[in-house]
Amino acid sequence: MFEQLVDGILWDIALVVFFVGIIWRIIDVLRRGKRQDLSVPRNSGVPGAIMANIRGFFPRREIAPRVRMKVIAGYMFHVGLLILLFFAAPHIKFIEEHITGFGWTAMPYWAFLVSAQVAFAGLILLWIHRLLHPVTQLISRRDDHIGAILVFLVMLTGCMALAEISSELRVFHRFTVELLMIYFPFSALMHAIMFVPSRAYSGAMFGRRGVDL
Amino acid sequence: MSTPLERGVETLKAQVDARVESYFSSCTGCGVCAEACLFYLESGDPRYTPIYKTEPLRKVWKNEHTVWGKLAAGMGLSKPITENDLSDWEELVYDGCSMCSRCSMVCPVGIDIAYLIRKVKEGLAAAGFVPEGLQIAGERALQFGSPMGLTEKSLRNAIAALEKEEGVSIPIDVEGAEYLCMLSSAEVVMYSEYITALSKIFSAAGISWTLSSKYFEATNTGVQKGDSGLARQLLERLVDVATELKIKTLISPECGHAYTTFRWDGPNILGREFPFKVVHILELLDQLRADGKLKISGSFDERLTYHDPCNICRRGGVLAQPRHLLNQFAPNFVEMDECGEMNWCCGGGGGVSSNERAEPLRLKVFDIKKRQLDALNVSTLVTSCSNCRTMLEEGLEHNEMEDIEVIGLTELLADHLE
Repeated sequence: MFEQLVDGILWDIALVVFFVGIIWRIIDVLRRGKRQDLSVPRNSGVPGAIMANIRGFFPRREIAPRVRMKVIAGYMFHVGLLILLFFAAPHIKFIEEHITGFGWTAMPYWAFLVSAQVAFAGLILLWIHRLLHPVTQLISRRDDHIGAILVFLVMLTGCMALAEISSELRVFHRFTVELLMIYFPFSALMHAIMFVPSRAYSGAMFGRRGVDL
Repeated sequence: MSTPLERGVETLKAQVDARVESYFSSCTGCGVCAEACLFYLESGDPRYTPIYKTEPLRKVWKNEHTVWGKLAAGMGLSKPITENDLSDWEELVYDGCSMCSRCSMVCPVGIDIAYLIRKVKEGLAAAGFVPEGLQIAGERALQFGSPMGLTEKSLRNAIAALEKEEGVSIPIDVEGAEYLCMLSSAEVVMYSEYITALSKIFSAAGISWTLSSKYFEATNTGVQKGDSGLARQLLERLVDVATELKIKTLISPECGHAYTTFRWDGPNILGREFPFKVVHILELLDQLRADGKLKISGSFDERLTYHDPCNICRRGGVLAQPRHLLNQFAPNFVEMDECGEMNWCCGGGGGVSSNERAEPLRLKVFDIKKRQLDALNVSTLVTSCSNCRTMLEEGLEHNEMEDIEVIGLTELLADHLE
């Protein structure tokens, strides 16, 4: 019964909420509009918007030593998670069967284990930092913790499911994924998409003024 | 009839645009912005974390524009903004933020936090939560045109005295002049050598210029306070005067926020393009240099460094020009370790200097500039903002470092004309 629900209607609901929710959030930003900038630009804002999106992946030299742990842990988590998502054999099989109709080469089992450990270590480090550092303690919201817990659960159940000891573990993993997909568009997890317009708006503004963001 | 609190909340609601929405939707609460903020780093108080200073606006955005916020409001569970919130944030925003934008440069998701803080100020100002010093400055600006209360008579007296003492000619209200020079009150009262320098340089370069007796003030207290209505009124006066004098270009003086107001934010506050060009004095001087109209003579051999005013460099884009100019006559010019677009603020921008209550904090955060200067062992500190200049002088005095002389770049340049 639970398996049918998870593999059936709940998956369909999660898929719709995930994609419609994301599109709705993006439209919500765009429809709010931004007033035309009436100042005379020094440069075009377009290169600024593009460059800000690229440069944003690297911390500025001036603050790099002070944020080293956050940056390293952040990359460990995000890169590890993306590798797991797109190169774990069960995920490729699932994507081929349910979404694309084609697959690609999966990473070997040992690489899966390494990626999972790196991603877990990154997530746990970031979370501990969030809980212990006075600044992140102060500015973290309930939403940030729920998002972190959900991602943690998805990764944990995914690792458990990989052993293929029982089908219940696979179902439980898929259930946590569906919860995450439903939560995603309405949470801070949306930063995974909204960072693009955010960097673009600021990059364009600074770019018009001749400053590299 | 709405209460001040209601006016503040309504004003905050009106601030939410596409940028605000994308910024708050992107924030992960990583806290990287704190590592770029002199108020947090020097005080160690996490409340000065830049993104935390935007909390009233985030709260409004969350309650009005997110699913969870609307759901909570529907169930009567949302926490509305209170007067206590605004009172707390008045101190954080007006005392503990110089709007230097350093945080905006380092945010991993690209949030222009200074843009958000400016909007928070709009809400606070609408609710009447503004420090007394800024409030009074705003009233004076409206009444006299100057936050220090200078009048047309004060200006004329100061100019007459300069012409007599320095033997220079300073044109006032010349219709059809190419350039209109704006001044900050500090340049009339404390740093009049700037006006003398303008006269010498423009005379040497054959520039047609004028001051306006009707409206000479470059400082816009409305911008510092976060009161767009006041900012607009002051800008209207400026446009009227410039139109009346038929000038082609407005010269923004050695004042940081005046430059961003005139050059970048002014037309947007006013809702229309200016009928004249805007240049910063350093842009013009560098252009004159490039055109061969500035002949430099001799050199300034003291070891010196340049303090970038945040609004002129980081938020204004005038980065190369002061360096081109200094390299003409200052062979011992050295840079601070973090300069240009990642400079450290003097601590007094964004209206902090007009806020007496913030003085102890401002002097505390000056320690970062002190360390930068200690590392260089310079005898002269050059800048291009009269507000920075005052803050630097006060900071140096507070730290018993008066052996370092602070000087304006235009003035130093004028001393080295052929």
